[in-house]
Amino acid sequence: MAKVTLKGLSHSYLKTQSSDADWAIRGVDIDWNDGGAYALLGPSGCGKTTLLNIISGLITPTKGDILFDDKVISGLSPVERNIAQIFQFPVIYDTMTVYDNLAFPLRNRKIPEEEIKVKVHEIAEMLELSSTLNNRASGLTADGKQKISLGRGLVRSDVNAIMFDEPLTVIDPHLKWILRSKLKELHQKINRTMIYVTHDQTEALTFADQVVVMHEGQIVQTGTPVDLFEKPKHTFVGYFIGSPGMNVLPCQIKGNDVIVNGKKIETHQQIKKSNFNKTEVGVRPEFISFSNEGIPVKVLSVSNTGRHKIVDTESETGKIKIIAKSNEDIPSGSAFLKFKKEYTYTYGDSWIIE
Amino acid sequence: MNKTVNQKAWFFVIPVFVLVAFNAIIPLMTVVNYAFQETFGNNVFMWEGTRWFKQIMLSERFHASLGRQFLFTFIILFIQIPLGIAIALTMPKEGIGVPVCLVLMSMPLLIPWNVVGAMWNIFALPDIGFLGHSLNALGFDYNFTQQIGDAWFTTILMDVWHWTSLVVLLSYAGLRSIQPAYYQAAEIDGASRWAIFTKIELPKMKKVLTIAILLRFMDSFMIYTEPFVLTGGGPGNATAFLSIDLVKMALGQFDLGPAAAMSLIYFFIVLLVCWVFYTLMMRNEEKS
Repeated sequence: MAKVTLKGLSHSYLKTQSSDADWAIRGVDIDWNDGGAYALLGPSGCGKTTLLNIISGLITPTKGDILFDDKVISGLSPVERNIAQIFQFPVIYDTMTVYDNLAFPLRNRKIPEEEIKVKVHEIAEMLELSSTLNNRASGLTADGKQKISLGRGLVRSDVNAIMFDEPLTVIDPHLKWILRSKLKELHQKINRTMIYVTHDQTEALTFADQVVVMHEGQIVQTGTPVDLFEKPKHTFVGYFIGSPGMNVLPCQIKGNDVIVNGKKIETHQQIKKSNFNKTEVGVRPEFISFSNEGIPVKVLSVSNTGRHKIVDTESETGKIKIIAKSNEDIPSGSAFLKFKKEYTYTYGDSWIIE
Repeated sequence: MNKTVNQKAWFFVIPVFVLVAFNAIIPLMTVVNYAFQETFGNNVFMWEGTRWFKQIMLSERFHASLGRQFLFTFIILFIQIPLGIAIALTMPKEGIGVPVCLVLMSMPLLIPWNVVGAMWNIFALPDIGFLGHSLNALGFDYNFTQQIGDAWFTTILMDVWHWTSLVVLLSYAGLRSIQPAYYQAAEIDGASRWAIFTKIELPKMKKVLTIAILLRFMDSFMIYTEPFVLTGGGPGNATAFLSIDLVKMALGQFDLGPAAAMSLIYFFIVLLVCWVFYTLMMRNEEKS
């Protein structure tokens, strides 16, 4: 178990780098506490798997340091780092039984056979694999195989961190939910640092205490699921998290006033500076309501999801989505919108203005 | 479910049937015809029943060539399969080395068989051949045309040179299809290089290796051209493998009846070994 710290980490798969786009990840700083559950969230190609492989030692970063418990371990091999990693596709040793698969990482470390037996049975119990211990691993279903992969990660009690690289990709949706709760439960039981990489916001938000959102190789925000939802620090976090995502509209800043579609609106922040190339206002559909005055819009369509209604409207400068209660009356044709002040933020060059 | 009965559909089978008839069934039946009869030419045949089969099965000459054949096949499999895997493991996985190695490896496979035989014959000649001359110059008493051991050594060396590449290419393809996650997981699990080989690479190569062994078994068991050109079956009968012996009997001595019976026995041995081997290899596959 260990605290994981990343300092100024950058990595490029190219030999020479001429622009920002040549870097898979750039300038990443992270502090993860011992025993926490963390998620790295971002779309495909944002660099999250690269970052994970750097932490586990499968990739050597171009720049920066990795520290476990304040000790630099950048040069060490995966074995020396003593971490566990679970991959996107189940990795099992076909010719071995389930028992031998789970025992493999321990046997490689020359742990006495009696101790291995206890450990393997304990893990098999947790993952509900006990009844299949003597079967050949290759005969199992995809989720059974992935459980073995998980088991091999969990079986060593001294690992510094356990890393998951989109481990539920190949699992059926209903089993996904079960395995995810299992992981959460395991984390509470064994209390080890867990790092979970995913592009699925539900997975990240339900698994982790702290979510790191990545975009084009950079960390755009780190925070609790609630932070990410209520106060996105970057417009990307706004639309990536939430369903539907945050509405982002162009705005003008004049003095201390924020003007959208010619109307002055109130936002959470006090605007102090305004020398940006691009200024925008972001507000989640949950925090918009119909009103007698405000931003004029045309109602385009209403879709009822059962729990609530999603209303598509069009303003002068772009579309705005609204989430309304399922019993609420939706005006047709023209209407006015009011944004909840405490959840409306102004963004300069995509970053929140503070 | 009711099956539609349509006997006319059988007409669609006719083209395949005709094709197979001409290239397999009719020639094979001719052999069967000879195997049960005696002929003195002019299309005069006399029924002999199983006489030729009994004669072949009891003949010491057949036992000897069958023994030589199995010995040869086992030796070359024993060398070529491990050597092929070893070479495949050391081949580069990316960069310019990949195509270079693949082309170099394919070269021996592209050379016609009798050319291979002729090449090695000249190469191994004790007086002027590079190999033969060098060995003699180094103090070995090497003469593949006169010494049994030297003849076997040269034949095996030639076959290894000619065919190991096939095993290499198949193994390489098998190795390249292993996902990198397996290696990464093994690294994290602390597996040794030997464990990676036995627990990941070998099991993942099982199917291509089955194919490689089958192909190498069949080809080496039916080998004819190369030893015929290299040693002509000699010295004496020392390298007269089944095919060479068969041709001697059929075309040299014109014993068509026994030769036909031997062909059929030969054919069934190949079929039987392949079937047993394949069934054994694939038995566990179906269970899982």
